[in-house]
Amino acid sequence: MKKRRVFGYDPLSSAFRFLVFGAAGVTAFIIIFLIGYITVMGLPNITPELFSWTYSSENVSLTQSLINTALVVVLSLAFAAPLGIFAAIYLVEYAKRGNKLVSLVRLASETLAGIPSIVYGLFGMLLFVVYLRWGFSLLAGACTLAVMVLPLIMRTAEESFLSVPDSYREGSFGLGAGRLRVVFAIVLPSAMPGILAGIILAIGRITGETAALIFTAGTVAKLPDSLFSSVRTLSVHMYNLSSEGLYLKQSYATAFVLICLVLCINAASAYLAKKIAGGRNG
Amino acid sequence: MKEKFMRMVFLIAACASIMCVLLICLFIFANGLPAIVKIGPLNFLAGMRWRPGSNLYGIAPMILGSIYVTAGAILVGAPLGVLTAAFMAHFCPKRAYKILSPAISLLAGIPSIVYGFFGLVVMVPAARVMFGGSGKSMATTSVILGIMILPTIVTVSEAAIRAVPDYYYEGALALGATHERAVFFVMLPAAKSGVLASLILGVGRAIGETMAVIMVAGNQPIVPKSPFNGLRTLTANIVLEMGYATDLHREALISTAAVLFVFILIINCLFSLLKSRIPS
Repeated sequence: MKKRRVFGYDPLSSAFRFLVFGAAGVTAFIIIFLIGYITVMGLPNITPELFSWTYSSENVSLTQSLINTALVVVLSLAFAAPLGIFAAIYLVEYAKRGNKLVSLVRLASETLAGIPSIVYGLFGMLLFVVYLRWGFSLLAGACTLAVMVLPLIMRTAEESFLSVPDSYREGSFGLGAGRLRVVFAIVLPSAMPGILAGIILAIGRITGETAALIFTAGTVAKLPDSLFSSVRTLSVHMYNLSSEGLYLKQSYATAFVLICLVLCINAASAYLAKKIAGGRNG
Repeated sequence: MKEKFMRMVFLIAACASIMCVLLICLFIFANGLPAIVKIGPLNFLAGMRWRPGSNLYGIAPMILGSIYVTAGAILVGAPLGVLTAAFMAHFCPKRAYKILSPAISLLAGIPSIVYGFFGLVVMVPAARVMFGGSGKSMATTSVILGIMILPTIVTVSEAAIRAVPDYYYEGALALGATHERAVFFVMLPAAKSGVLASLILGVGRAIGETMAVIMVAGNQPIVPKSPFNGLRTLTANIVLEMGYATDLHREALISTAAVLFVFILIINCLFSLLKSRIPS
């Protein structure tokens, strides 16, 4: 749409214009200031000691937390990804139109998406830590987060399945393939970039999560011996550092590392999503 | 045979999310309701004093605290977000859009703990200098939450404004409206339900936010006398005391989560109601 000028001066229009540009300016300023501040304060505090192999109260290394974060990510995705993708397969490829179950599943996943992370944390504590007696553990944390990212993975997978053209399915049905073969040989590979974008988005959510982990995975800053040892992820590490108030420099550095990590992850997801959008048009 | 088996597997996977919702309801309410009964629903929900040491479990200050900061967050985030969305949809030059749009989704990706830390080291000292007191206050929390819900409001509102058919705009111009008037008096009202949906989504985010709030709200379990006093939200109450709570105290914290959960369910219902009214 092109901007059009009308004869004469209209003060109301100018006021609107001022408001809109002002709001956008403030938003842009907030983004630049936030990222800039953390970068400027964090970057000089990135030291080799911060990545040392030993953790002590003198040197709050973040290596352990970084590795633990990766472990939690892998483990939660191992639960959530197959579940989410299979659920999406059922919704798109198997369920008939107007199926009651489908709308119920949609409602459930929308509800899940709206639940705050602290409620997930308490639920995880009550079910996994207390009821199943796993204690504060890697496994309990990963299961809690798996439930949390399930709706995200399900929704993105569903959308990418829906974007696969029906002619693909019809073609392979016409060649005599069974439904299962069509799903795994044709639909799943074509939908893969979209599914991956969703999974990477889930990795970002998991990396940034704190409230759901404090009471499920605990806060021990060591590498786990087994699935049942307590671990501290980078975000929880960040919370501990900043709430103790003794390690301001390290907090800045950790915040910077955390932001970089999450931004890279989200950028990767956006890149993949863009790639499928481009592929569809071209 | 294999077909039937895999069909069952997919069906079970689809039911997993329903199972999860039921399990969460079951565990939160089954563990939370007994304490509410023990304390007395009125004493619990309307009690103004939270002193676990002397067996006083009133969460009214926390309920009010959550409502206050959420309202504050909307007060900050809604005008800023909706106007930015209008800018993105109708005023933004293409080149600026290519930068601003990813920048806003970047804002959405920043972990809440980093927002909290930013609030603690930048906004709390600034508020201390400007308004006195400790700087940890309802006002500081509202601003941080307002920033946090900004990306949600902008992206959802922008999509809603863009979904309004072009001929609305063209019709307005044909009647002699300026570009600005057409956007404000025709396009924005037409996108009303989508914009409202974005605000409700923002309310859900703000009321459920925990880590950022803990670091900047001050966390006193009392109703604040002014916007520059500290307060405690429902979410903060849980995280702050869950680590050491036992017996009735612990159960009361789970009940706090149950109350929060009910709030969220109401907000979710409102959101789906609104969404069903938006023509897709």
